Amino acid sequence: MLDFRFASKPGARPDHPALCGVVGSGNLEILVQPGEQPDCCQVRIKTSARGFGATWHAVLGDFAASHPAGGTAIAINDMGATPAVVSLRLAQALADYQGGAL
Amino acid sequence: MSLNDILDQLFPAGHGVTIANQVITGQAQTAQGPVAVLGTTDAAAIDHAMALDLADFVLATVEQHPGRPLVFLVDTCGQALSRSQELLCLNGSLAHLASCVDLARRQGHPSLSLVTANAVSGGFLSFGLMADQAYALADAQVRVMDLRAMARVTKIAHERLVELAATSPIFAPGAESYVRMGGIAAIWPEPSASLLESALAAARQAAPASDRRMASGLERGGRQLAAGIAQAVGA
Amino acid sequence: MSLSLTNRHSWFEATARARINGLLDAGSFSEILPPAASQPSPHLAQLDLPGAFDDGVIVGYGKLEKKPIFVIAQEGQFMGGAVGEIHGAKIVGLLRRAAREKPAAVLFLIDSGGVRLHEANAGLIAISEIMRAVLNARAAGVPVIALVGGSCGAFGGMGIVAKLCSAILISEEGRLALSGPEVIETVAGVEEFDAKDRALVWRVTGGKHRYLMGDCAMLVDDDIAAFRTGTTAFLADWREPAPSAALLRARQQVLENRLAAYGTLRDGLQVWAALGVAQPESVPMLDRDSLVALKEGLPT
Repeated sequence: MLDFRFASKPGARPDHPALCGVVGSGNLEILVQPGEQPDCCQVRIKTSARGFGATWHAVLGDFAASHPAGGTAIAINDMGATPAVVSLRLAQALADYQGGAL
Repeated sequence: MSLNDILDQLFPAGHGVTIANQVITGQAQTAQGPVAVLGTTDAAAIDHAMALDLADFVLATVEQHPGRPLVFLVDTCGQALSRSQELLCLNGSLAHLASCVDLARRQGHPSLSLVTANAVSGGFLSFGLMADQAYALADAQVRVMDLRAMARVTKIAHERLVELAATSPIFAPGAESYVRMGGIAAIWPEPSASLLESALAAARQAAPASDRRMASGLERGGRQLAAGIAQAVGA
Repeated sequence: MSLSLTNRHSWFEATARARINGLLDAGSFSEILPPAASQPSPHLAQLDLPGAFDDGVIVGYGKLEKKPIFVIAQEGQFMGGAVGEIHGAKIVGLLRRAAREKPAAVLFLIDSGGVRLHEANAGLIAISEIMRAVLNARAAGVPVIALVGGSCGAFGGMGIVAKLCSAILISEEGRLALSGPEVIETVAGVEEFDAKDRALVWRVTGGKHRYLMGDCAMLVDDDIAAFRTGTTAFLADWREPAPSAALLRARQQVLENRLAAYGTLRDGLQVWAALGVAQPESVPMLDRDSLVALKEGLPT
């Protein structure tokens, strides 16, 4: 399990969580909920792939820097998704969350 | 232990069964009256013909002997593995058998099953696990799949599975796992008329619609999540 | 009527959540035990595998053409849609609730290889509990309709569950059987069943064959809207019968006749020919409407 916190610009904080993706081979699911601190994005990752801490840090860091993800708590279940797939799903999940999708 | 020895010990007051094509059908006497006896022998690989023979016997019991208890003797290595069996939808014949056992329960026939030697997968699902309660003899082999095959399919190291199986009934083959998980009520050290009589009495008392196996799995510690989740969803 | 490619949303390709969204009235679905309220399976965690918040099955309620409907949808992309402890308990809970609250129907979107081997015993017992729960819901007067068309089909114990439902609606992509062809090939050899021969696999276990044989009530296009229309039409005409020995006796006779007539056959082509199909080899090429017309024209 990996835990991260990043500074991030605050965005909309609806009550309803948003889920994106499926835990299949090469894929992942992302759950976005309201977090504790408005200017911080917390991320917890459960993954089958070992030793990619630095990669996750880079991908998540990019995401937090370029999206208004402050005030979110993100939980990820990953089965070996590539950084490209992770970035795509993060953006989708945040959009679903802030767009009010259930 | 041979089938005849098992029958003699379960039914000292008398029994008369026919065995054809590894399918057992017949009657036996107990202190509480006659019971229908049916099932499989010789680690039968259940196919359409066997499933339909068993279903026919269940239906005949319901049609001709209202309330007569059903005693299933289970010895199966699972389902037959054959293209022509699948062509005719083997899952459908197993479902039909299960429906007949369920109808019998609904119409007031108590039932129990006893695993005499082997109980595997689909074969066990279609009648053994449809009875009100399942029991197993002490040396019975009850499982979905052996650990080596499981290692191949799941791509998890066999040694790791063996290690975890020692403490986890969730996938460890064996009747004891099923007892802890609530799937099997008890293991009988040997077939005995008195154990059978108690089991029949318990089956008579169970309300037809209730399936208490999750609660049992929780009480025994083998399935700690199922009961709570079903409750949360079903509430 | 054939659907244009631009309008078609493949059921086969869709996730379980997308299927639910397209199947039910827009915005009507409410999930029971949503991901935010759930923990992934500790049994998978113990094997160093990632779980899913919903453990691969979504349960809830909504509306279909304004009628109250309960839904169970298995996610075939997660662990082969296979049944573990949590997954199975969600399904049983939903079916028990249906028996009590009596919605117009339970729609059971099956996409599963059966028991999850990583939780083998829990899965087997859970499937047994699902079997009884389906029959209980039906005995309470609630139709339980299986919808089959995903990549995992309905195999293993879930193949048995499918056949315990009131009816099965299946697409050409769907498969319904007990043992997977790969297992049969491994144990009995490639002559017995060449699992790589896709055309053969579909002639033996696929939606068109099951529909022609009468094992599935309806054949629908591989399209979420087609499943919606088909389900609505089916439910409009269906009354759930009370369990009876007479019905099961009639079914017994049908199954015995079938076994006697076709028990030695090994290929769907042979069965379709025996059913009276003039050009059995054309069946795999026929579109859905043509195949339905063909079946309706067969001698009974």
